[in-house]
Amino acid sequence: MPVIPAPFSYHRPKSLAEATALLAEHNDEARVLAGGQSLIPMMKFRLAAPEHLVDVGNISELKGIQRTGNTLIVGAMTTQHELQQSQMLSEAAPILKETSLLIADPQVRYMGTIGGNVANGDPGNDMPAVMLCLDAAYRLTSVTGTRTIKARDFYEGTYATALKTGEILTAIEIPVPPAGHGHAYEKLKRKIGDYATAAAGVVLTTRGGRITTCAIAISNLADKAILATDAAAAVIGTALEKPTLDKAIAAARSIMSPATDTRGTTEYRTSVGGIMVERALKCALARAKG
Amino acid sequence: MNIAVPTREQREAKLEGMGCKRKRVEDIRFTQGKGNYVDDVKLPGMLFGDFVRSQYAHARIKKIDASAALKVPGVLAVLTAEELKGVNLAWMPTLAGDVQMVLADGKVLFQSQEIAFVVAEDRYAAADGVEAVEVEYEDLPVLVDAFKALAPDAPLLREDIKDKMIGAHGPRKHHNHIFEWSMGDKDLTDAAFATAEVTTKDVISYHRTHPSPLETCQCVASFDKIKGELTVWGTFQAPHVIRTVASLLSKIPEHKIHIIAPDIGGGFGNKVGAYPGYICAIVASIVTGKPVKWVEDRIENLTATSFARDYHMTTEIAATKDGKVTALRVHVLADHGAFDACADPSKWPAGFFNICTGSYDFPVAHLVVDGIYTNKAPGGVAYRCSFRVTEAAYCIERAMDIMAQKLGMDAAEFRLKNFVRREQFPYHSALGWEYDSGDYHTAMNKAMEAIGYQQLRAEQAAKRAAFQRGETRDLRGIGISFFTEIVGAGPSRNCDILGVAMFDSCEIRVHPTGAAIARMGTKSQGQGHETTYAQIIATEIGIPADDIMVEEGNTDTAPYGLGTYGSRSTPVAGAAIAMASRKIKAKAQMIAAYMLEVHEDDLEWDIDGFRVKGLPEKYKGMKEIAWAAYNSPPPGLEPGLEAVSYYDPPNMTYPFGAYFCVMDIDVDTGVYKIRRFYALDDCGTRINPMIIEGQVHGGLTEAFAIAMGQEIRYDEIGNVVGGSFMDFFIPTAVETPKWETDYTVTPSPHHPIGAKGVGESPNVGGVPCFSNAVNDAFSFLGSRHIQMPHDHWRIWEVAKGLGLHG
Ligand SMILES: Cc1cc2nc3c(=O)[nH]c(=O)nc-3n(C[C@H](O)[C@H](O)[C@H](O)COP(=O)(O)OP(=O)(O)OC[C@H]3O[C@@H](n4cnc5c(N)ncnc54)[C@H](O)[C@@H]3O)c2cc1C
Repeated sequence: MPVIPAPFSYHRPKSLAEATALLAEHNDEARVLAGGQSLIPMMKFRLAAPEHLVDVGNISELKGIQRTGNTLIVGAMTTQHELQQSQMLSEAAPILKETSLLIADPQVRYMGTIGGNVANGDPGNDMPAVMLCLDAAYRLTSVTGTRTIKARDFYEGTYATALKTGEILTAIEIPVPPAGHGHAYEKLKRKIGDYATAAAGVVLTTRGGRITTCAIAISNLADKAILATDAAAAVIGTALEKPTLDKAIAAARSIMSPATDTRGTTEYRTSVGGIMVERALKCALARAKG
Repeated sequence: MNIAVPTREQREAKLEGMGCKRKRVEDIRFTQGKGNYVDDVKLPGMLFGDFVRSQYAHARIKKIDASAALKVPGVLAVLTAEELKGVNLAWMPTLAGDVQMVLADGKVLFQSQEIAFVVAEDRYAAADGVEAVEVEYEDLPVLVDAFKALAPDAPLLREDIKDKMIGAHGPRKHHNHIFEWSMGDKDLTDAAFATAEVTTKDVISYHRTHPSPLETCQCVASFDKIKGELTVWGTFQAPHVIRTVASLLSKIPEHKIHIIAPDIGGGFGNKVGAYPGYICAIVASIVTGKPVKWVEDRIENLTATSFARDYHMTTEIAATKDGKVTALRVHVLADHGAFDACADPSKWPAGFFNICTGSYDFPVAHLVVDGIYTNKAPGGVAYRCSFRVTEAAYCIERAMDIMAQKLGMDAAEFRLKNFVRREQFPYHSALGWEYDSGDYHTAMNKAMEAIGYQQLRAEQAAKRAAFQRGETRDLRGIGISFFTEIVGAGPSRNCDILGVAMFDSCEIRVHPTGAAIARMGTKSQGQGHETTYAQIIATEIGIPADDIMVEEGNTDTAPYGLGTYGSRSTPVAGAAIAMASRKIKAKAQMIAAYMLEVHEDDLEWDIDGFRVKGLPEKYKGMKEIAWAAYNSPPPGLEPGLEAVSYYDPPNMTYPFGAYFCVMDIDVDTGVYKIRRFYALDDCGTRINPMIIEGQVHGGLTEAFAIAMGQEIRYDEIGNVVGGSFMDFFIPTAVETPKWETDYTVTPSPHHPIGAKGVGESPNVGGVPCFSNAVNDAFSFLGSRHIQMPHDHWRIWEVAKGLGLHG
């Protein structure tokens, strides 16, 4: 039984222009290869069989982490490991490192990239929910030019995103969350290296101990990462008293539709999904200063 | 010059003999990536084989079209059952007296079953070839639920034997029935139940799981047409048995078959049997005249190659009101999958499951096992245990807890009250075994003291009260298991595999300079034989362990043996080592006597040589004796210093142990934390305490995995659910609890060095201990028995069922 990919051609362009040209040339037959930690397994199972792999690992334009004003710009080819090493990111938006450390295992994180994680479109990926919380935007480049799209508009369904054939995600723009904000990413998993049974991220700000702004997003509990807007609205102006919390949890659960799988039944995963939201909210509130 | 004479302690230490924490000699190559595994074998012109496997659990095969595959560049041949029929190998005998399809003959009986074998120039072409083979199926009704197998209208699985109502183990009572096996006294047991004061009856299931060694099963077969010789490198736990079976099947004379098991990356029972991959690689090599390699991938290993367990055990205990057990009655529904390919000694269709009276003095017991066919992969191997001993230990250790709960007795106290007592050994169990030695009360008391048992129960009571007051959502469970194993198969009077008696062997050659080589009939898969075997010899004949090379796995050079599984290496081959050593020592004594010009009887053994009694300065060390053995032997004595021993053990050995687990469970998520795990093992004489500890750590980690989630599950149409490492639970260092180990020493009275075997104890004792902890956590809320595996969502279901989610 093969766990060997179907035959393919391999390209390793040195510039973004070269890469987009290759993608334009081979169109639907081409696929971007980043860290390969999702794509290669899919190719081994022959769930993906691209004829041309365009490895973007050698393009310096896709690397690096900078801050311009109040925006963090993270190159798509930044590995999870590099992301964790960035002092600047850890200080400005600590939820990134916290979440990154809950992804897979160190070996996968040396290879896997932030761009691949958000562009993959697997509802099991953890970074999309974080990008929804942070209201990040993705820079997409093709031979016809560059556009920017909000993470909140990017996800359409399982392996379905707004990324068009021929486009490369080059960088992620993240508005720096206000100083003193509270954050948390709570992930229930069976073991190290596992995708979430249920996970939730929260970014919030407070004044006088009450929540002033809040974004909540959930991972692996629907066909894509989703923002729990009603749940977030329910907690604004409160200090998470029990009835508020219950209301928020109920609102969050109402938008969850996880499949029954080896991690548990729909009922179980929805139930613990609510608990992840609860824990993330409580933790973020406790961390917030203001 | 003043030459320092080494002290006794220094001489002893230099040997690194028994009892020494000698570092594992094999680790030098393993930790540097310098091991030599089957997939490292690369021969000129070597081809590669890969399987087309069934997508269906039960289907008729209408057509196999290989024409497109044969056009794939690099593909040379596609074997199907039709081709194998030409050499009479479409089916092969199993170790359990059944037959098994090598390649699907007319129908498939489980998902992932081998249908065609694609032979190509490399593994990439083979994979493309597999993809191009078209199989046309017509699906048939699927049977996955063991409890429905014997229903009158259950689908007929094995058409090949539908009229054969006498199987290898007696009459079959249904077309999906394999055997009925019973032990003990039915009438006395029934009578005891009829008058019992208290009884329990529960279906205790041990789910299907898999040994999943790090290295999957694989081989390279190379047939030399000119010489008519076949060489097979393979992941074989029992190389000689493979040679004999290969000879019987292929009709190649046994001396022309060379079986080589190089380094093996874990076996755990998975590498005992013979698989279609081996047969196909051999046939392909004979057909093509080239070496053929077959390497299984992880999914194939998990879904097709020898599962473990899958026992449904209806267990009844009878007891008096004050907590004395009076009878045990067990009925097992044993799910063997599509073919009976269990790797048990031939006369034991349910292995040694009749050890299920455990450590307790049951006056009477009765056991019936019904083996059945289902549309699942064949197997039923002893995953890090002696044959069906883990199932037996789980059955009795769960049932004892359930009875204690019913009696309102503490589970430890209930066990202490019913243990076989020290003075009862050798103990004859109600189900026919003779336990060699044991001291259960001492071990249990030591364990309870070490873990602070009474204190733990007090903490648990406080936690339960806090839970009921709504102050915590955590429950505490305290798991206990006190297991008795039966290992070291086995005495030839009742143990054989396909007629080959289950002795084992050792051949030792001491070279003129006093270094030595020992060759064995066993085969290490990571157990550290090269280290420990040398330690036995070192102590027995006074040669430093570092000067002894241990060699296994090449059937041309090793003496015939039955291999390594069922914790038999130390009990059987370890005894052969001691016996061969003693033959050498006896000859060495004659030589020393000649050299020292005294009578043999005037000599006494002293660590590393012989000394004249009463004249301590008159001494000859083994090094000098070895030289003399070759170059100046006593007149009339043959030169040389070597011996071989084939050891047929008089009895099995019965290791035991007391395990405790402390676990906290979050009832809202089903997430658990192991607070403590304490394992006291008694494996008799301890050869290398460090290796014992390593074995215990590894076995406990597997036990933890099995109890808490490791499972091969089938959906209702026979699809394997979770048959990859994405789902199949292999704990990492992060999930693995910290192990506390301890021991007592009760040597085996019949074993030459008193050793009993330890590699499997932690798996046998560990699984019930974890499961009992989960059960104990919920027992005060009225829960009685919770089936394994205890993964998060199933624990949560229990909490929900008990109304704990508000
Ligand atoms: C054992 C294991 C456990 C894992 N556990 C987790 C987990 O818990 N949480 C989690 O979030 N992830 C997990 N992953 C996935 C991992 O994080 C991957 O690294 C990630 O999903 C994809 O990143 P990559 O760089 O490897 O991308 P690749 O695998 O190379 O690509 C993934 C997809 O994204 C596309 N793509 C990649 N980069 C770009 C780009 N710049 N522009 C356009 N398209 C692009 C590719 O074409 C492909 O379709 C796990 C992976 C493994 C192997």
